[in-house]
Amino acid sequence: MNGWRRLFSSPITIIALLGAVLITAFAVAAEIPLSERKSGYDFMGRETRAMQDDDTTNPGMLWVLDGEALWSRKAGTADKSCADCHGDATTSMKGVAARYPAFSPARGRPINLEQRINICRTDQQKATPLAFESKDLLALAAYVGRQSHGMPVEIAADERTKPFLDAGRDMFTQRQGQLNLSCAQCHDDNWGGKLAGAPIPQGHATGYPLYRLEWQSLGSLQRRLRNCLFGMRAETYALGAPEYVDLELYLAWRARGMPVETPAVRP
Amino acid sequence: MARALINVPAKAKRGDVIEIKTLISHPMEPGYRPDSSGVVMPRDIINLFVCSYNGEEIFRADLFAAVAANPFIAFSTVATESGKLEFKWTGDNGFSAVETATITVE
Repeated sequence: MNGWRRLFSSPITIIALLGAVLITAFAVAAEIPLSERKSGYDFMGRETRAMQDDDTTNPGMLWVLDGEALWSRKAGTADKSCADCHGDATTSMKGVAARYPAFSPARGRPINLEQRINICRTDQQKATPLAFESKDLLALAAYVGRQSHGMPVEIAADERTKPFLDAGRDMFTQRQGQLNLSCAQCHDDNWGGKLAGAPIPQGHATGYPLYRLEWQSLGSLQRRLRNCLFGMRAETYALGAPEYVDLELYLAWRARGMPVETPAVRP
Repeated sequence: MARALINVPAKAKRGDVIEIKTLISHPMEPGYRPDSSGVVMPRDIINLFVCSYNGEEIFRADLFAAVAANPFIAFSTVATESGKLEFKWTGDNGFSAVETATITVE
């Protein structure tokens, strides 16, 4: 009796059981029809939506303001700022984040916005790359992302990106981890349901970097992906790993046409 | 200097109740959490927020370790006269930030 009670009071057991129920109850993964797609915004409460909508209550704007200051700050041995090459970000960066991850001919593979910023830092500014999840990199990504606010996500799905897009889709639909779950089982098949009391969204990554109230901070999409993988008891990758970028690419394709919300707020 | 976002209506009618919203960037480190090397990070919080309206204090709040990072404080007051609202946050390690906003009362 005590053994059973212990078993059911363990959060790990409950998550494992939940996983088992999910797997047996719902089997087939199918992509969400374009007309039925919803942003994570639509799953939030009224107060959280209001927080995102007002630039004076959206904490993500604190990072956007930091990014604006960094944009014109000189860095590296080249003593150049972002603005020295790109000028006014409100015009030069308009729509840029909506096209990322994008194929980099130099790297021979798609790169995300943070990696693009770091390539500029090392190649143009001759500065050390910023660490993933560092305040400065998040601030610059949020500032650049903000310039695409409201614009449709539109990555280049072509011959060059196809193998990476396919790899990302495979990762999305591949069961993995000790719970033997795939991303698709939650976000394609069971969106709108609940997981431990929280709504399951469709998983459209249109607002990153975003402010999660749980994090009490801005965070990147890769931080969020790592959270999901960890929750599935699956292997997590180093930040910046190609596996994450492929998945980001697939998620951007999956959210094609949806408006960029950067910096979004999520619970 | 910490970044702050202030929302005060630019104009109001005399006698109107107006809502004031403030948001400031601050880690609000409670002083109980270990860092990645296992050492407890010292407390670093804002512990006082004061708003004055043309020099007169209209709102004051004590903040403690349980308040989340980037504290958002909203409150209301009565628009009495045109002038300046001053917001001041003070905290550990000599933290101090001041922001101002103007309001026109008709």
